[in-house]
Amino acid sequence: MSVPRHWRENVKRYRLLGTKCNSCGQLHYPERTVCPNCKSRELEQYKFKGRGKIYSYTIVWSPPEGYEFCKPYAAALIELEEGEIVTAQLTDCNFDDLEIGMLVELVIRKLFSYGESGIIVYGYKFRPLLPRSE
Amino acid sequence: MRHMSVTERKSGCDDMEEVAIIGIGCTPVGEPWHKSLRNMAVESTWAAMDDAGVDQVDALILGNMSSGSFNEQESLGSLIADYAGLGNISAFKVEGACGSGGAAFKAGVMAVASGYHDLVCVNGIEKMTDVVGDNATKILANAADREYESIHGISFPGLNAMIMRRYLYDYNVKRDDLAAFPVNSHKNAVHNKNAMFRKEISADSVLNSPMVANPMTLMECAPICDGSASVILTTKERAKEFTDTPVIVKGCSVKVDTIGVHDRKTVTSMNATVTAAQDAYKQSGMQPSDIEAVELHDAFSIMGAIGLEDMGFVERGKAPRFAAEGQIGIGGKLPCCTFGGLKARGHPVGATGIYQIVEMCKNLRGEGVLDIERGLTHNIGGTGSTVSVSILGRD
Amino acid sequence: MKTIKDIGIVGYGAYVPMYRIKNSDIARVWGNDPNRVPVKEKSVPGPDEDACTIACEAAKNSLLRASIDPTKLGAVWVGTESKPYAVKPTATIVAEVIGATPMLNAADWEFACKAGTEALQGALGYVGSGMAEYAMAIGVDTAQGQPADALEYTAAAGGSSMIVGPASESLATYEASCSFVTDTPDFWRRQYEHYPKHASRFTGMPAYFYHITNAAKKLCAEVNMEPNEFDYVILHQPNTKFPMAAAGMLGVSKEKIIPGLISPYIGNTYAGSAVLGLAAVFDVAKPGEKILCVSYGSGAGSDAFAFTMTDKISEVQGKAPNVKTYVGRRESIDYATYVRYREKIRM
Repeated sequence: MSVPRHWRENVKRYRLLGTKCNSCGQLHYPERTVCPNCKSRELEQYKFKGRGKIYSYTIVWSPPEGYEFCKPYAAALIELEEGEIVTAQLTDCNFDDLEIGMLVELVIRKLFSYGESGIIVYGYKFRPLLPRSE
Repeated sequence: MRHMSVTERKSGCDDMEEVAIIGIGCTPVGEPWHKSLRNMAVESTWAAMDDAGVDQVDALILGNMSSGSFNEQESLGSLIADYAGLGNISAFKVEGACGSGGAAFKAGVMAVASGYHDLVCVNGIEKMTDVVGDNATKILANAADREYESIHGISFPGLNAMIMRRYLYDYNVKRDDLAAFPVNSHKNAVHNKNAMFRKEISADSVLNSPMVANPMTLMECAPICDGSASVILTTKERAKEFTDTPVIVKGCSVKVDTIGVHDRKTVTSMNATVTAAQDAYKQSGMQPSDIEAVELHDAFSIMGAIGLEDMGFVERGKAPRFAAEGQIGIGGKLPCCTFGGLKARGHPVGATGIYQIVEMCKNLRGEGVLDIERGLTHNIGGTGSTVSVSILGRD
Repeated sequence: MKTIKDIGIVGYGAYVPMYRIKNSDIARVWGNDPNRVPVKEKSVPGPDEDACTIACEAAKNSLLRASIDPTKLGAVWVGTESKPYAVKPTATIVAEVIGATPMLNAADWEFACKAGTEALQGALGYVGSGMAEYAMAIGVDTAQGQPADALEYTAAAGGSSMIVGPASESLATYEASCSFVTDTPDFWRRQYEHYPKHASRFTGMPAYFYHITNAAKKLCAEVNMEPNEFDYVILHQPNTKFPMAAAGMLGVSKEKIIPGLISPYIGNTYAGSAVLGLAAVFDVAKPGEKILCVSYGSGAGSDAFAFTMTDKISEVQGKAPNVKTYVGRRESIDYATYVRYREKIRM
């Protein structure tokens, strides 16, 4: 169980915080300290909106240890509105409805926990976009 | 501080010695419960040394992904040199996930080509069955981006399944054609006494096997297993002292790509394969049409297909059909996985790259199923985060 | 009770998980009459949900409606009896998720089913005294019902978040509130016990009805109104029968209760109950309308609140999914899946 590791990442996972390069404008999620596009080290924090669409997906039937509690679950590459692609689980979805291009939104869920007495790691998953009347 | 531009820097073996493989050896791949990690590594080291006719080497380079997690053992350089009776030689581990073997091979080639060491043993070793199945899946996921891929419960079957789904969407190929890769591998493993699975399988059995991660089935995924393979390297010049059938390293390249699939420019091609292959072709002065056989990295059927396209053997989107038409079979245009590949010979991750070299050497020495002069091995780490491409020839 | 400053609710948000189990299915498993059940079905949290994740979504929805900078919140308070950690506040996680940290107070509150309105009472005081410009109060639960027990039919999951702020920015201004408590052990859970226990019929007259009616009457006296003069009355809703009977005792007509009554569809969300009902009413209320909300928590006590809707309500209703959307988003699961999701099996 690595408390410091999860603590270090938690806020970025909660708020989808990445970086923006001040030299070339490229956005990054996960965050970077060196821009992979232009090697600049002038980067600032950038908050992604948390909306996107499915770029590809799968349904996992053979989870790694610690993830059986959600089996079977869908996972996806999600193309955010801003263009970046992130990897995440999908939740609250009907497997038969999944398709490339489906609109999704970020929600906070339990990613896993270190047994019944260890810490719970929360983070982002994505679910089919819910309607709002506005 | 002046930064050297890319064109100014050298790559490859331009003014270095050519390297030859003078000895090969390996253990059978499987679940040898009675053999420990050190047992297997020592066994293949000595098998290769016996084949070369030597009883000492100057350096031992291990290719291994995760002995610390699978076996709670690091310090492999010291451990194996010690238990192989090699004394105070130079020894260390090279890691590149499931591409550790290929990466270790390059380290060995560089050591000999540069003149640093005369006789080098490169040993790929992995013992995965010391932990239970889903723990092994979790450890393998260490090769992906831990904080941004693996933490979401997505391991390699899941990542490759997403690559497969996008490939099917982008290229409009017949999904069933991908079954041709495991079918071919199993067929070729029948003659290989070191293979884990030596039975033929049908495309139907592949497509109807249990779903691991949609749309990829169990029979499209390489097994969890144990194995060790070794090669002995020296210069081409010195090789004559040891053997009449040295295998020459014509090109050897290792390249990386982004660790996360989500950061790739495209998910249906692995840029590390493209650039490592281009580099290896450049070093060897060869083109794809010169290659007579490929030890392909078929850990998942989709990886085999994309690998063929990335290395310039088949047009984009056409590899599944190429395979389904039998062109990757022993009698086909480009025999692949001639000893069973990762799917049927097995995939003891860090060792696989060296198994591929051993198998290609057999084909080039006239001891295998083919009688060829030039072959290529392709070893992938992670989802293409580290890729090695080696081109071997008879001269 | 009144406050020094003029305050009100500047944002509200709800969340209900999508899974449902029918009461008739529960009845059949335990050999009871599937036609004599307290509610139609109840909400079940998915395997990746808990009181914290529900609180996070409700909190985010309330911020969407309030349109304030989260760092201006002086407090994030979560009222629940199903905290994921016995020691470590849910509220700090919620505060971090919404970006309110670090200059604020964060804590978890407990008073059985009225923990949410507890937190709301505290938030009204915190803002009303001038100690904070805004404060967030969340009522949320993923209640566990003992298998085969009567409460298994209704122990459900859901939550709602209320942000208190200046009256000038409010969608509903605060008129008054009060609390009424006694030491009444009608329902409890001892430390280390997995399921709560209750005293059966004792949970009725001396517990639920006594506290809820007294709190309501006390508040009505303070604002000089009869209960039935309010346009909407929201009462704590452990099932359908109790709030309807309490309404009858207070002389409140059925149509004033129904818009805020969601327990028939999703069961009893415990600390989420009264505040979810309040959110459901906010979803449909019009400017000028008067709201009476009375919670009940075992142990026991009630909090009562009076609000008046402002013009701002129509601007904000559509900014986040409403209670009806969440209630209508449903997938039926069977008893075995419900037992798996609620981790009732000893592994």
